Amino acid sequence: MTLTPDRVTTWTRICPVDRLIPERGVAALVDSEPVAVFLLDDDGSGEVRVHAVAHHDPFSNANVMARGIIGSVGTGEDYRDTVASPMYKQVFDLATGQCLTEPGVCLSVYPVRLVDGHVEIGHGAPPSGP
Amino acid sequence: MDEQHTVRRRLVVVGGGMVAHRLVEALTDRDLDGAWQVDVFAEESRPPYDRVALTSFFSGRDPDDLLLGEPELWHRDGVRLHTNAAVQRIDTERREVHARGRRFPYDALVIATGSYPAVPPVPGSDLPGAFVYRTVDDVTELRAWATTRHLKRPVRGAVVGGGLLGLEAAGALTAMGVETTVVEFAPRLMPIQVDEGGGEGLRRLIEKLGVNVRTATATSKVRAGSNGRVNRMDFADGSKLPVDLVVFATGVRPRDELAREAGLPVGDRGGVVVDETCATGTPDVYAIGEVACIEGRTWGLVAPGYTMAEIVADRLLGGSATFPGADTSTKLKLLGVDVASFGDAFAESPGALEVVYADPVAGAYKKLVLSDDAQTLLGGVLVGDASAYASLRPMVGQKLGADPTAWLLPEGASAAPAADLPDAANVCSCNNVSAGAIRCAVSEEGCTDLAGVKACTKAGTSCGSCLPLVKKLVGSELEKSGVAVSNALCEHFELSRAQLFDVVRVQDLGTFSEILERHGTGRGCDICRPVVASILASLGTGHVLDRDTARLQDTNDHVMANLQKDGTYSVVPRVPGGEITPQGLIDIGQVASDFGLYTKITGGQRIDLFGARIEQLPSIWQRLVDAGFESGHAYGKALRTVKSCVGSQWCRYGVQDSVALAIALELRYRGLRSPHKIKLGVSGCARECAEARSKDVGVIATEHGWNVYVGGNGGFTPRHAQLFAEDLSTDDLVRTIDRFLMYYVRTADRLQRTAAWVEEHEGGLEAIADVVIDDSLGIGADLDAAMACHVDGYVDEWAATLADPEKRAQFVSFVNAPDTQDDGVGGAIDNRGTVIAGPTLEVRR
Ligand SMILES: Cc1cc2nc3c(=O)[nH]c(=O)nc-3n(C[C@H](O)[C@H](O)[C@H](O)COP(=O)(O)OP(=O)(O)OC[C@H]3O[C@@H](n4cnc5c(N)ncnc54)[C@H](O)[C@@H]3O)c2cc1C
Ligand code: SF4
Repeated sequence: MTLTPDRVTTWTRICPVDRLIPERGVAALVDSEPVAVFLLDDDGSGEVRVHAVAHHDPFSNANVMARGIIGSVGTGEDYRDTVASPMYKQVFDLATGQCLTEPGVCLSVYPVRLVDGHVEIGHGAPPSGP
Repeated sequence: MDEQHTVRRRLVVVGGGMVAHRLVEALTDRDLDGAWQVDVFAEESRPPYDRVALTSFFSGRDPDDLLLGEPELWHRDGVRLHTNAAVQRIDTERREVHARGRRFPYDALVIATGSYPAVPPVPGSDLPGAFVYRTVDDVTELRAWATTRHLKRPVRGAVVGGGLLGLEAAGALTAMGVETTVVEFAPRLMPIQVDEGGGEGLRRLIEKLGVNVRTATATSKVRAGSNGRVNRMDFADGSKLPVDLVVFATGVRPRDELAREAGLPVGDRGGVVVDETCATGTPDVYAIGEVACIEGRTWGLVAPGYTMAEIVADRLLGGSATFPGADTSTKLKLLGVDVASFGDAFAESPGALEVVYADPVAGAYKKLVLSDDAQTLLGGVLVGDASAYASLRPMVGQKLGADPTAWLLPEGASAAPAADLPDAANVCSCNNVSAGAIRCAVSEEGCTDLAGVKACTKAGTSCGSCLPLVKKLVGSELEKSGVAVSNALCEHFELSRAQLFDVVRVQDLGTFSEILERHGTGRGCDICRPVVASILASLGTGHVLDRDTARLQDTNDHVMANLQKDGTYSVVPRVPGGEITPQGLIDIGQVASDFGLYTKITGGQRIDLFGARIEQLPSIWQRLVDAGFESGHAYGKALRTVKSCVGSQWCRYGVQDSVALAIALELRYRGLRSPHKIKLGVSGCARECAEARSKDVGVIATEHGWNVYVGGNGGFTPRHAQLFAEDLSTDDLVRTIDRFLMYYVRTADRLQRTAAWVEEHEGGLEAIADVVIDDSLGIGADLDAAMACHVDGYVDEWAATLADPEKRAQFVSFVNAPDTQDDGVGGAIDNRGTVIAGPTLEVRR
């Protein structure tokens, strides 16, 4: 489960959107927590899509998720945007944080919004696991 | 458990050859309760090896590569291999054998002592310089003799015997540059396998290769020169031939001496007499392989021996297998000439018809033997072009269907009707695997590729001549069972890496988005994205950090360093050929010291600096680039290093400057992206101190130039590189390597190293040599141009990154807190403080 926007108490501004490289991640510090932030290509909707999940890789126990490769699995209903851990290559659903290759493991997911061309990440009560 | 069960029965195997190996493998595979303790006594010093492939020793194969099966077999519980342990006596009364001065009791005894070379009683046949051709020791001595004569002319050699073995030996001699004459008593070559027409065709082809052939010639004497060594042969017709060495390949005799002494019956022409279960008349004593006389005769081929091994394994475990008869079909490549004979090659069946196709100019001779109604195939002989063998041999006893002559025409050869082959047809005669068994491996055992079927059925694992047919059978069976024979890269691309490479090149696509749009689905993934990055890089498109390629890179390529388990990276500057100045060492050491990095010398003769945080990489590299270093591409699927020995500049034995060549090659191929990492090595003489033959491309200096070997690697499945071309000039060498690497880069699969690529390539190493050396596909110029483009376009990725503020800005711990160090990376250094080099940490002494 994710921290839902209505439980957000604070938004942290991390950088201008154009500081992000399309289809790659950067690490950011949000309320002292390392967060991996990814800018996805426009999927045709004209919407800027940014995802934020925990930077900590539960499998290697190192903060590396922002350095993973973006991708997708499935088509149609089953389509998911994903990130693969650069260490041991487990694949995670960017929207839910669920690990798709070793089910049962989950990354925290953070709400993201864009204000004045800047990326802001929400936090409040500590982000919770599933 | 009851006491009886825990006591193992003792099996003693006399002889550690090919057939003994098969017996032990078959028995222990099936003896799951551990009923048998197996002791194998082998006279030779090596574990069982592939005698059939003995001649490959001369093309540079290491004897260790010839060892059969998995070495693990000899460590299985209950298995003991005694090498250098000839059995001296068999005592069937007391049920024990004598070896190494001790007695070993048995509950069952298997004699698998093979044969010895029969040398005719010609005076002088035991002089120094006279050889036989049976064991690794034999060929090692022969090679030493032929290559260490320091004569002012080529070494001259004769092979007595123009059969299968003799022609193999002649091939080996020719390969060593020996001027060779084959002397055969019969009126034609290979009298046992081929008919007169075939023998004639063979003679022409072999003479074309510079081998002299004398048929209908009896040798009366081998004479020694003043130094006591072989120097002349005298023939019965009064003629003479000056020679420096003679190889006798005049047939084999069963090694039945132990059995004779033990009172076991032997056949008229030798061989331990056994019944169809391979049992001798004495209880619990069996004989298998070349030493066994079964159905009144011995067999000089490995396939019947393997069948006997399987029978005894089965019998020892309570089964009831019997000998089904054997097949004398043979196919070989002798001196590069294909020869095959199968079934009733001499048309001895009543009413048999022969259909012959002969092309004396090309030297091809092909004959099919058909039943009297010209419908059923009975046998045949193929000389010069035996490509139809794999398809024809399993058809023996079957109706040929179409016009039989179609099989004989050059282009008809590969019309293999794999799909129609009856289940009973024997496809792999070495291992006795039927078409049905191969189909079953796919449809029932769930094998999905050639490698799986080989492992499961053993088909194609001995001489390999049936592999094209096995491949077709597997393909058509997979299709039948609805498994698409897929070489798709991943769920986003239907194409294989090689296919994708071609379309990207031909359609001149420059970005991932374009490629995905035209040929893929979804957004890609961590499999296809790096593959596309590598393809684009091989085609010379853009810097790894350019916006469109950045998204494709694995983190290693993205930050141009190697990710380590704690989230830090390691940094490896290039040290071409392993040559480094004292100042270079000091500079690297100073950088390591200033940044607190752990240092380790790599296997590739350079220095790896561990523990760098992502945000430190640009400052570390600024220092290295300022000191004159450049990226070592240790992070990429790319050229890694060209390892070298010190070579002729310093070494007393060196014949060429291996370091200079290694540096030139490393500078030439640096940055070349490829399907997997590539390593090269250069040794300054045959002593091979650089271990070049464990590399994808290994170069070894000779008196006249360079020998190049390809397809080696260390790692999980080590491979020795195989000889590719000899005595090349430096220019020819470079062109050969250029083409080999570029061809590999274009056509290999993802993560396929050169060894696997060579193995899977249709036609194997020879076919690759045709493309690379003889330019059979006419793509040589194109490959050369592609390499030239790579060489000219090379820039140091790290220097380029440092020069570009936007790229440099990507190396931060946190985008919004670039000065904060990430505590979630870098555990390894702190945990192992005692082994870290650097100002704050002690070095282990
Ligand atoms: C160069 C060459 C090419 C060949 N090519 C082909 C081919 O293309 N196709 C084919 O089918 N066959 C080929 N053969 C024949 C094939 O190698 C043999 O048929 C096969 O090796 C027989 O196996 P074996 O185990 O019966 O005998 P071997 O492999 O000869 O093994 C017998 C072993 O027993 C050992 N031994 C003997 N006496 C004792 C003792 N008292 N105590 C302990 N150990 C003892 C011997 O040292 C030997 O190592 C070729 C042979 C040679 C030499
Ligand atoms: S391979 Fe030869 S030249 Fe090189 S170091 Fe060894 S002995 Fe010397």
